[in-house]
Amino acid sequence: MRTAAIRFIQSRGTVGYLLIAAVLFSAPLFISDFRLNLLAKFLSFAILAIGLDLIWGYTGILSLGQGVFFGLGAYCMAMHLKLASTNGALPDFMSWSGLSELPWFLEPFHSFPAAVLLGLLLPAALAMLLGYVTFRSRIRGVYFSILTQALVLITVTLFVGQQAYTGGTNGVTGFREIFGYSLSNPDVQMVLYWITAAVLIVVFLFAKWLVGTRFARALQAIRDGENRLRFIGYNPDIYKMAVFALSAAFAGLAGMLFVLHVGIISPSMMGIVPSIEMVLWVAIGGRGTLIGAVIGAILINAAKTGFSEAYPDGWLYFLGALFVIAVVFLPSGIMGVRDKLMALVQRRSERNTKQLAEKGGESIGANGMDSVLRETNR
Amino acid sequence: MESTIQLLFNGISTSSILLLIALGLAITFGLMNVINMAHGEFIMIGAYSVYVTQNMFALMPDAWFEAYFLVALPIAFVVAAIFGLLLEWLLIRFLYGRPLDSLLATWGVGMMLQQLARTLFGAPNVAVTSPSWLNGGLQFGMVVLPYKRLFILGMVAVVLVLMYLYIYRSAAGRRMRAVMQNREMAGCLGISTRRVDAATFAIGSGIAGVAGCAVALLGPIGPSTGTYYIVDAFMVVVLGGLGKLIGTVAGAFGIGVTNTLFESWTSASIGKVLVFAAIVAFLQWRPKGLVAMRTRSLD
Repeated sequence: MRTAAIRFIQSRGTVGYLLIAAVLFSAPLFISDFRLNLLAKFLSFAILAIGLDLIWGYTGILSLGQGVFFGLGAYCMAMHLKLASTNGALPDFMSWSGLSELPWFLEPFHSFPAAVLLGLLLPAALAMLLGYVTFRSRIRGVYFSILTQALVLITVTLFVGQQAYTGGTNGVTGFREIFGYSLSNPDVQMVLYWITAAVLIVVFLFAKWLVGTRFARALQAIRDGENRLRFIGYNPDIYKMAVFALSAAFAGLAGMLFVLHVGIISPSMMGIVPSIEMVLWVAIGGRGTLIGAVIGAILINAAKTGFSEAYPDGWLYFLGALFVIAVVFLPSGIMGVRDKLMALVQRRSERNTKQLAEKGGESIGANGMDSVLRETNR
Repeated sequence: MESTIQLLFNGISTSSILLLIALGLAITFGLMNVINMAHGEFIMIGAYSVYVTQNMFALMPDAWFEAYFLVALPIAFVVAAIFGLLLEWLLIRFLYGRPLDSLLATWGVGMMLQQLARTLFGAPNVAVTSPSWLNGGLQFGMVVLPYKRLFILGMVAVVLVLMYLYIYRSAAGRRMRAVMQNREMAGCLGISTRRVDAATFAIGSGIAGVAGCAVALLGPIGPSTGTYYIVDAFMVVVLGGLGKLIGTVAGAFGIGVTNTLFESWTSASIGKVLVFAAIVAFLQWRPKGLVAMRTRSLD
């Protein structure tokens, strides 16, 4: 761990990361409360994107069910906020549905630590369970993706159907306070923003450390050749379950922060369409690079907010086209484009120095010209 | 007793539509190893074709209007097949053997097609007037079998027989099965795999269009009609397995009937959870689905 930390500090990108962190923390100084709230929402999405990148970019497992884990985390936090806002009375949607007292399984949500713990553990446990029944019987690839999508469908149906416990289609909303502080106070929102930014950085550093470990090597081996890994003597199922649970926990964490900033969670926010949009964030940013996932999540959501307000119709065409572009033209996303550009610049500068050296050594004859041409054609 | 029979009939009727949708999916996935998430939008395209045909016939003499649905069926097939052909030509052929990538790209296409429908026909759902000869139903004691659903059952049976003849009894079908079993070898023996792929994809899309006609008969249709069916249709493919017609048939009826029964015994939401749990439990026993093509290859 320590050597990893030292390596991280010494690595080339650190200055850039520090800069990004500094910008994130000082953002409240130069953007309005409204924009800050939006940015906080995007940052919580970025946490989810890191988890999704771990399972998709590094392990090659496409989960279309991250929305469920996000939603579970969000509902845990929402339930706590709701109970905290009603001062011991029954939440409104429960009394509308004819409940007279709080169901026993919602009692733990009175306590904040318990709610946070459940918001992390419930998604992880559900992912573990689904992973256990699928990975162990070697259901993988598209079959797994389809099953996760079906999981989204039934979870949404379940949450809509069980109105007494989940608030139905309207979801859970109407929170007033957290720890006695009013949620509508801009200062409280600013503190929450800082908390979200800090959580994102911690999650990022954790993921950064994780992808340098042997564990992540095994994950990448699963992506590139699962059977070979199996033949070497590893059990890929354990690794897959672990990374699936981890990404689910990250999604739950993102959901909890999301509720704090947005103040509502409803089944439509965890449905099939949002879940697959989450995949797009990672695809556009660049799968297999953690910072790419973060950039993708922030960029796409910023574009969505800016663009869909002005042109709601055009936005959906654009979003659809983005899926096609991301797959066909940009398989490694924005980070891939950056790498290509950097390689191009490097090659050009190398070529220039080479040409200069040749010119200095001898006048360019037929052979020399030939080699220059060959270089250019390459 | 009566209600159970009625339920079973409804279940079978739902399954038959599911079967039409899953047929195209199973074939394209088995043949080209691509997942077509825009398949649901072909249902929508078929349904809107019926709507447009109906509106055209409304301009003609009243006596002809009754026949519009029979005209709409081939139109829906052709329109959806053309869209399928275009999609295959423009996008899918670059994504062979990359199921996850094709899944994402075609999802994007589906999104654009939905938005296109919203632009052309408006966001609200539209209703199709079913021809008068499809109103009413057969009465057996307490059980009523609506003509609409009987007609759909008959339609599915016809499509199924045609598909069987195409796949197992025609030269084109033989080529298709050859490519499915071993693409390189089939190519070596002079089969144009490109043409087989394109034709198969178009037929699969066309059948989804026909399914759209059935959907239009049963209720109002809208731009996102397809998404409602697509997940269930994919579950049929997962449950039924690839490579054999019979697997898809069994998968569709398995899911359709259990879905209807569970939902009536419990509630709609709990029923769905139970069906999902049942499918996952079943996959523990047969991870490759009901009928899987036997192969020695390690994927």
